[in-house]
Amino acid sequence: MISRRDFLQVSMAASALYGAGGFGNWARLAAQQALTQDQLLQFDTFGNVSLIHVTDIHAQLKPIWFREPSVNIGVGGNKGAVPHVTGADFRKLYGIDDGSPSAYALTCTDFASLAREYGKVGGLDRVATVINAIRADRPDAILLDGGDTWHGSMTCHKTAGQDMVNVMNALKPDAMTFHWEFTLGSARVQEIVQGLPFAALGQNIFDAEWDEPAELFKPYRFFERGGVKVAVIGQAFPYMPIANPGWMFPEYSFGIRDEHMQKMVDEVRGQGAELVVCLSHNGFDVDKKMAGIVTGIDVILSGHTHDALPEPVLVGETIIVASGSNGKFVSRVDLDVRDGRMMGFRHKLIPVFSDVIAPDPQVATLIDEQRAPYKAELEQVIGTTDDLLYRRGNFNGSWDDLICDALLSERDADIAMSPGVRWGPSLIPGDPITREDIWNVTSMSYGKAYRSEMTGEFIKVILEDVADNIFNPDPYYQQGGDMVRIGGMGYRIDIRKPQGSRISDMTLLGTGERIDPAKSYVVAGWASVNEGTEGPQIWDVVERHIARLGIVKLPENTSVTVTGA
Amino acid sequence: MHLTRRETLAMSGAAALLALLPKGAFAKTSDEWIAEFTGGADLADSGLDLTAPEIAENGNTVPIEVSAPGATEILVLATGNPTPGVATFSFGPLAGSQYASTRIRLAGTQDVVAIAKLADGSFARASRTVKVTIGGCGG
Repeated sequence: MISRRDFLQVSMAASALYGAGGFGNWARLAAQQALTQDQLLQFDTFGNVSLIHVTDIHAQLKPIWFREPSVNIGVGGNKGAVPHVTGADFRKLYGIDDGSPSAYALTCTDFASLAREYGKVGGLDRVATVINAIRADRPDAILLDGGDTWHGSMTCHKTAGQDMVNVMNALKPDAMTFHWEFTLGSARVQEIVQGLPFAALGQNIFDAEWDEPAELFKPYRFFERGGVKVAVIGQAFPYMPIANPGWMFPEYSFGIRDEHMQKMVDEVRGQGAELVVCLSHNGFDVDKKMAGIVTGIDVILSGHTHDALPEPVLVGETIIVASGSNGKFVSRVDLDVRDGRMMGFRHKLIPVFSDVIAPDPQVATLIDEQRAPYKAELEQVIGTTDDLLYRRGNFNGSWDDLICDALLSERDADIAMSPGVRWGPSLIPGDPITREDIWNVTSMSYGKAYRSEMTGEFIKVILEDVADNIFNPDPYYQQGGDMVRIGGMGYRIDIRKPQGSRISDMTLLGTGERIDPAKSYVVAGWASVNEGTEGPQIWDVVERHIARLGIVKLPENTSVTVTGA
Repeated sequence: MHLTRRETLAMSGAAALLALLPKGAFAKTSDEWIAEFTGGADLADSGLDLTAPEIAENGNTVPIEVSAPGATEILVLATGNPTPGVATFSFGPLAGSQYASTRIRLAGTQDVVAIAKLADGSFARASRTVKVTIGGCGG
């Protein structure tokens, strides 16, 4: 007898072939100058239910550049496993040709030259076209937004998320879960959520005082689609009050709460759910671990860690789908649900090439309306970059090098610290740097640039603490960001060591002097989670620095030596 | 009728008796606590559920839950605190369930350990690592 796992493995194999049809062909198509919208959207409708997944848009309404990471180290059981595979290894794993459109979309190699060849990615007007095309095939497809939607741009910051709410509502999602949204403050989140025309889900969003599910956020929602009873369970970012300022939303508690997730899965199955989908902001490795603990979830739509994978990952009988970030990708998952069980799937990670996919005119107009009041501010050119500016990478990115340089010079500090966030688009050499570009990599509701004294010992404590949030071998102890970026100081890190002994050789770059644990250093940074942080907004600090430089040139950053990878 | 925990707590006192452990003149180690509680008996891995967050949202008030059907007593230890003893929950014969929840203070990242004395006199152990972090760089 063929088990359900066998069925799913057959689906995996078919999906790989299908992926090759969608992906591998691009190289040839591009060579023929024939990369078309029809090719990108081509999909043989399958089964009886379709899911559309977008996640981690970070308020990017317009097309952008987005370079994927070159350094993304996996630890413990995830060493060498996707999504911890980058560059040439990634292309080899998925059979992607060098220089092809998929190489450009999914890997970092030759980014600037491929960017010039293939153009920008994303733009919610293009995303709308993709969604509409899927709905033309399958009118009752379920559109799910994995969160980190109402954060990440000047217009989003200045409208407290309203621009994104307006545009997303036009895309008509069926449900959403949350992370950075909460940094708008609980009053604003409640105001928006109460007016949302779709479900706001999070089985792990609890009342902090009573440690019971928060009333405003439901754990799940049922959908009847294609004759199938579908349950979508939400999973918000588990570490919100730790990774972000808890004082902005003190009424709420989060956590992974996998035992409560199991209870919710059992509850929806008990009520007749034939397909159980988890809309998750856990991060990929946490989702993988959760899929091995919680039984009965058919599909996890994974967000938070910004990974883009051309195939789902199968854990037991659960498939995990990772759909990238910043509006660069849309995932379509078609499912065959029969006799109350998922018996097969077909999946495509659709790259949103902005020059190939036509903008939806209505959504394009709506986007321009949101931007109109801020147009002059957004478009003001502050400088030019000679180098590629990007953020993604475990230890540094050139945008953060520039931000740290700005903190050191504008705030007169010995050492600069910039948070290891994964959002923020890229710029390619020769690009003007507009005020919008600066806000795209810095805007947040707690962006004040502090300046304080820290002992060498305390700086090490910070580095050790953050390193363990990334390199703890147990994914449930990982928060899904990257290492805090350091300016003015170099260090060595052995990622295999336990917390407290990973970091060594901390050295001031200017003088080569060893950091003295007992000595105090002036540290400038931003995005402190502490209430009452004082200082100028980081985007103003960075703007002054870039204006002073005129042309940005950044030497290669070799300040962190990594071992044990 | 569905009762939330808030309503349940408002309506009736908890069935469990909570003994807050006094700070002794000399702090016992976790091993000493366990030896005293179990008399050195073997500890089973099942029969006791301990629920705690993987990462504490606030180390000063960490919610934990213990549940051991049929238990007469459950000992809770914060092994990394200067005084590891947290609480012993005693369940009388009329207790509707052998479940308790409370909030504890953790001095830093450590293992929280619970030991249950089951109805047949055997013992079960459960442990969870709770990380206390300065946080702040989530992406």
